[in-house]
Amino acid sequence: MTRPVEAPALTIDALGKKCPIPIIMLAEQIRDVRIGQLVEVLADDPAAKTDLPAWCALKSQEFVLTADLAQVPGARPGWSFLVRRSY
Amino acid sequence: MPAYSRNVAYFDAASAEPLHPAARQALAAGLDEGWADPARLHREGRRAQLLLEQAREAIAAEFGCRPDELSFTSSGTQAVHLAVLGAVQARQSAARGPGHLVASAVEHSSVLNAADWLARTTGAAVSITGVDRLGHADLAEFGAAVKHERTLLACLQSANHEVGTLQPVQEAAAACQEYRVPLLVDAGASAGRLPAPSGWSLLTASARKWGGPAGVGVLAVRKGTRWREPLPADDRENHRVPGFPNVPSVLAAAASLTATSRERGTTDVALRALVDRIRAAVPATVPDSVVHGDADARLPHIVTFSCLYVDGEALVTELDRAGFSVSSGSACVADTRQPSHVLAAMGALTHGNVRVSLPRETSPESVTEFLDMLPPIVARVRQAIRDAEVTA
Repeated sequence: MTRPVEAPALTIDALGKKCPIPIIMLAEQIRDVRIGQLVEVLADDPAAKTDLPAWCALKSQEFVLTADLAQVPGARPGWSFLVRRSY
Repeated sequence: MPAYSRNVAYFDAASAEPLHPAARQALAAGLDEGWADPARLHREGRRAQLLLEQAREAIAAEFGCRPDELSFTSSGTQAVHLAVLGAVQARQSAARGPGHLVASAVEHSSVLNAADWLARTTGAAVSITGVDRLGHADLAEFGAAVKHERTLLACLQSANHEVGTLQPVQEAAAACQEYRVPLLVDAGASAGRLPAPSGWSLLTASARKWGGPAGVGVLAVRKGTRWREPLPADDRENHRVPGFPNVPSVLAAAASLTATSRERGTTDVALRALVDRIRAAVPATVPDSVVHGDADARLPHIVTFSCLYVDGEALVTELDRAGFSVSSGSACVADTRQPSHVLAAMGALTHGNVRVSLPRETSPESVTEFLDMLPPIVARVRQAIRDAEVTA
């Protein structure tokens, strides 16, 4: 997995939100960054793990990577998704 | 709105096909003639036995096997469990350790659950092999997993129960033959809809998916395939399935399979054309929607699509209000709220999905009405979820 060089221009906190809410938030807010910049989505609905990359493929946005969120013992697992606005 | 109270169309044949009229007739006859214990030697028992064996011959003929290779179970799931556990039990050896199983990632949950159960109880290793974006099993990965020297069983469905994609069973069978690994083909989604696959060592199916009654599954074990009963001994059904066989329902299952496959020529063409219409219309009329699975090499009656930004359950509820019965999420595990393992394995969108599966005699008008109603319903559900998000 390659590590992006730059920090995301925007972080969307969708922790605790069920799919498709994280996708809706991303679709609404990706326009807030410039083309080529990164958006980070934090989510913990298991469906987000497949839906974020699938959304990027459908909408021709660039899916960069998925990273596990730092674990607090006993907390539910969550992920950080990085998406690059490509148009 | 008055339209909301009437049932327009049932589009969930992949969960249960409405009972075929031939099955209803055979079921009534079976209750009259086949109620006795077929294992008994008295005349009532012999009559039940005769009816049971006639049904077995009819179903065996459809699946291209010998009657003595075929046993009746109480469900498709039970058939799968017995197939997996019995095949593994027969080939397991204490000296060589717990062994290895192979299954594609898009198998029915009964296959994956049986494999998982073996992993937990016997320590067996399980290789879940991937699929491409249309849901076809990756043959290279499947073959490489089969090649593993301790492989006891490989499992590949004939066709996918959610997206309809046909699987390369012939090629998988060739790989299994090369390494002398038995192949379980779960034909649940295709039985009665398409000619039976060949190349299998074990085959499973479920009667309610071809217009038979619930409570009848089929387990076929090819001659020469090692299989050992995984449950306490019982001499029913060739020592394969415990308990008194449901003779009337088995008769109904046989009658409906024979009738369904006789009518297949016309049903197949009609349903295929209707599914083609849905596959073309949904992406054209519903913004941000995508149709899954292979457009050509597919089951005649199943199509699944996903709409961005909606919850599949909300969509099913709204469609139900409008008179259309469809299903969503992973077939059989929708209540767990886990995303569909089939769509996830395909890398497809797992939310907002709807499976439409057409029963025989679906009218073109009902499909037209569905396609007319769908865009405004999706728009309404999308608006509702956005409104809820704003107020949350």
